[in-house]
Amino acid sequence: MTDLATRSAGVRTTPGGRRRPNGGGPRAATVAAFVTPFFLPFLLFYLVPVGYALWQSFRVVRRSGGQYGTSYTTFGGFEQYGQVLQNTEFWSSIGRIGLFGIVQVPVMLFVALIIALLLDTPLLRAKGFFRIVAFMPYAVPGVIAAIMWSYLYSPQLSPVVDLLNGIGLHPDFLGPGAVLWSAANVSTWLWTGYNMLIMFSALQSIPQELYEAAKIDGASNWAIAWRIKVPIIAPSIVLTTVFSIIGTLQLYAEPAVLRQISSNISSTFTPNMLAYTVASGNNYQQAAAISVVIAVITFVLSFGFMRLTSKKAGL
Amino acid sequence: MSNPTTTRESRVSRTAAMGLMLLLAVYFLLPVYFLVVASTKPQGDLAATNGLVFSHFSLFENLRTLFTRSDGIFGRWALNTVLYAVLGAAVGTLISALCGYALAKFTFRGREFLFSVILGGVLVPTTALALPLFLLFSATGLVNTYFAVFLPSIVSPFGVYLARIFANASVPQELIESARLDGAGEFRIFFSVGFRLMTPALVTIFLFQFVAIWNNFFLPMVMLQKESLFPITLGLYEWNGQTARAPLLQESIITGSLVSILPVIVVFILLQRFWRTGLAAGSLK
Repeated sequence: MTDLATRSAGVRTTPGGRRRPNGGGPRAATVAAFVTPFFLPFLLFYLVPVGYALWQSFRVVRRSGGQYGTSYTTFGGFEQYGQVLQNTEFWSSIGRIGLFGIVQVPVMLFVALIIALLLDTPLLRAKGFFRIVAFMPYAVPGVIAAIMWSYLYSPQLSPVVDLLNGIGLHPDFLGPGAVLWSAANVSTWLWTGYNMLIMFSALQSIPQELYEAAKIDGASNWAIAWRIKVPIIAPSIVLTTVFSIIGTLQLYAEPAVLRQISSNISSTFTPNMLAYTVASGNNYQQAAAISVVIAVITFVLSFGFMRLTSKKAGL
Repeated sequence: MSNPTTTRESRVSRTAAMGLMLLLAVYFLLPVYFLVVASTKPQGDLAATNGLVFSHFSLFENLRTLFTRSDGIFGRWALNTVLYAVLGAAVGTLISALCGYALAKFTFRGREFLFSVILGGVLVPTTALALPLFLLFSATGLVNTYFAVFLPSIVSPFGVYLARIFANASVPQELIESARLDGAGEFRIFFSVGFRLMTPALVTIFLFQFVAIWNNFFLPMVMLQKESLFPITLGLYEWNGQTARAPLLQESIITGSLVSILPVIVVFILLQRFWRTGLAAGSLK
């Protein structure tokens, strides 16, 4: 509506009957003054690094004259990408993160959806309290969340481990099989409330009249939730899924903190940790290629998911 | 409506719903509760006593140790965090607002193209930028300075996206037109009309950007070696890596974590209505 007004401003005349120059819009210099303070840093710290990473990923380091000769960088075509795709550590980090995502993302979003739906029914009391409690972890940075949970995982300090030992279970949250899920738990704790709030905001914007007919027909809260509310907020659920896929592929801080207390997390545990490790070894070209491959996988998965769900919904 | 089966059914579902939510609330509160309890204990009691029960109250001693350790480096980290996250988000919000307002309210050539490029930026994960930025910054001598973290942090394409939506929704074109007829310049119109009408939306943008900077661990980790430039997150991470050699650091890590998240949690609770505005707008894509 307002967008339409902006566009038609080009042919509008002022009440005085004079046509304003440039159809009511400000001069180019004024537009530039509004846009440049954002666009210049955006160009320098977003677009240029993306271009630079792409350029670097096509470079290779060569040596002339044996091992002690001088090294120089030159164009290497897809050589770096070939090495990434042949790197078994790269594939195991992708596999690990894939397993993480396939389990953690649905579990987290399901819990978020349940909380959002419950907060939207008359079944609960103290809704404001529950909403804040669920959202609160979003205020905690990943590093600090991982530090907090690592105390709850630690065999020496954890009251949770004490409790479970007491009833005959002897959990090893940092063991080789469990540590991936311990990291997944930190992510779930951090992001459930954020995703819940996106879904809850969407639920709140549904007009109440939509349920009234169903209520008069005697439909239960449960039926209204699953048959009416969930289909309506499907776009929000898709959005949170895409955010979660992107977040999972970027995972770094949480496993890096757990690595400080568990020998079962390698320096190449996630794709981003691998990229950092490779870069620390001064192989920037290879690290750039890894970053580009992660970004491409992220794009393909998020767009693929959006296409898949919009097709299924018949849109 | 009020037949006995529905009331019984609703009582059962009421109880089930409350039970489930209480269980989830315990899950969300557990780590924070543990942190509160642990930060009031002397280091010796951390392993010796139950982690969920208070013992000797020594919070003030822990705070003194925290703030005096290594010549008060923690206070420095806290100040750095404020500079990076609060000042960074404030500058970021202002430039996002200017750009989003221009994209919403001005007609100019290349507007849609510019917006698509910025929207594409929303999809670029910030972790992917850190390594190439490191190389670019080391070539220009910016690595290991405040600017290495501050400058990339002020850029938020998502902020521009939100600002454009909010400017469209809350600043009537007629108001701008009549201000122009009165002879006001575009900047004056922006600051006296646009900025004022967009203020609630700008708080939302500020909060999102604050969290993004507060959460961004990878960028400072890649850019900074000098301890005196660290934000809290990086400092606590470094300490956490030293606990094997210096177990006494544990108490300071715990107290430091509590001290740094409590103010943010309080601000979140006070400003929570702004989150819902932003998240509702964000999901309108």
